[in-house]
Amino acid sequence: MPIIEIHNLSFAYESQVVLENINLQVEEKDFLAIIGPNGGGKSTLLKLMLGINEYQEGTIKVLGNAPKKSLSHIGYVPQNTNVNTDFPIKVIEVVMMGHVDGKRPLFGYSKDEILCASGALEQVGMADFAQTKIGSLSGGQRQRVMIARALCAHPRILILDEPTSSIDITGQREIYELLRELNKHITIIVVSHDISVILEYANKAAHVNKTLSYHDISDKKSTFHQHGNNEHFCEIELLQMLGSDNCDTCEDTNPKWSLKP
Amino acid sequence: MIEPLLEALQFEFMQHALLAGILVSFAAGIIGSLIVVNRMVFLAGGIAHTSYGGIGLAVYFGLPIFLGASLFAVGAALLIAALTLKKRHRMDTFIGLIWAVGMAIGVIFVDLTPGYNVDLMGYLFGSILAVSTQDLYFMVGLLVLILAVVTLRYRDILAVSYDSEYAGLRGVNVRFFYTLILILSALTVVIAIKVVGLILVIAMLTIPVYIAEKLSSSLFSMMFLSGAIATLFTLVGLWFSYVYDLTSGASIIMVSAVSLGVFLLFTHKKT
Repeated sequence: MPIIEIHNLSFAYESQVVLENINLQVEEKDFLAIIGPNGGGKSTLLKLMLGINEYQEGTIKVLGNAPKKSLSHIGYVPQNTNVNTDFPIKVIEVVMMGHVDGKRPLFGYSKDEILCASGALEQVGMADFAQTKIGSLSGGQRQRVMIARALCAHPRILILDEPTSSIDITGQREIYELLRELNKHITIIVVSHDISVILEYANKAAHVNKTLSYHDISDKKSTFHQHGNNEHFCEIELLQMLGSDNCDTCEDTNPKWSLKP
Repeated sequence: MIEPLLEALQFEFMQHALLAGILVSFAAGIIGSLIVVNRMVFLAGGIAHTSYGGIGLAVYFGLPIFLGASLFAVGAALLIAALTLKKRHRMDTFIGLIWAVGMAIGVIFVDLTPGYNVDLMGYLFGSILAVSTQDLYFMVGLLVLILAVVTLRYRDILAVSYDSEYAGLRGVNVRFFYTLILILSALTVVIAIKVVGLILVIAMLTIPVYIAEKLSSSLFSMMFLSGAIATLFTLVGLWFSYVYDLTSGASIIMVSAVSLGVFLLFTHKKT
């Protein structure tokens, strides 16, 4: 059974149609990359999966239920973790916000919660920073803390919105290596601009621009690596591989990568 | 220097003033912290000025001033909460509007009250030497309420203040806590009017908080440090006010502002 099932989903902000007739199935332990242009509806699709926005048509099932009912199984890492950096808060407190409402002590946090949060920090390699003020971390470190916060609820699905947008190249690689590690146990969905990096780690890709085209790219990995020691490849090749219809410059360059559905 | 102060403390109005100063400073420190981290400073200013409408109504209908101002301020807070939760991008326009209309209502009702020569300045700039026993009860009650809310619901308030979208996803009722913070702000503003007046209240809610924010690594310590700093400023301000015969509210604010200047000078040197 797929872990997320989306059927004929449409969504509009007032009269402006953002997503049209979306169909998508995510299987357990997939690493799905959602790519596409700015304003193409990527973040909106995530927010629909999280039940933040209400959709007008179609169905979304997360673990067989409406998204809002499955929230405790979803870990979410929002875009833009650089806001509110003046806020006086320690790393461990941020992580503990990830706990789902359960039994809570009258004051402060329970021992279990602290242990669990420390464990999540350990998992992302930030255990030494538990007592540090969040504002003094670098962008990459802060992003790890946000991932730890999402892991705190022991999610089965981890959803990240542009996780590397404000991080340097080394930091980006580290984040994706971390996600690869987490992917052994958790389904991962990542929205990103950075298609070349993400396709190296993802096994499936969905291109969203009002409509969605979906590709299983796990068997294409070998092709990528024939590309020499430079593991990045040009966007034209990628778009072609993803069957982008408006990319006519690359029609004949390397037809074996064409994956038009 | 100390002697005249000890002498003054024998008067009941001076004891009341000191007690009121401490109670209000602590409330302002705690609530001011929440106002600052939630970026609600302009909003709190709006509520402070709007509450003058409540003062005018209370004067006209012969109600206790605190009651009139509190009801009106809480009403304004609820209105602002409803508007900002719906139309965030027009928030500043609405606040400016409510701000001015509230004051206008106050002025008109004071005008309409026959034979009443209310000490308008007392509400605008504070009248800490005129604190009644009843006022003190009200202040104690509010401080107890604030302490109860911020200790028992600390996690929810922290989550909503730090990242409201995420808090919502984790099952925290964001609207409820946002509104609660605004209501507590409104009530704090009302008691602070007694001490520094409604024009100066914003300084009391922000200056100690700004200093405390730099020195704290958690919201909890920031709230209590702000309370302590605000108390210090209030006591020193009161002392100046008594010794040099100055308006108490303005003295407190000037002490705060000068201290902030010194603080910034020293912290700036370090970096």
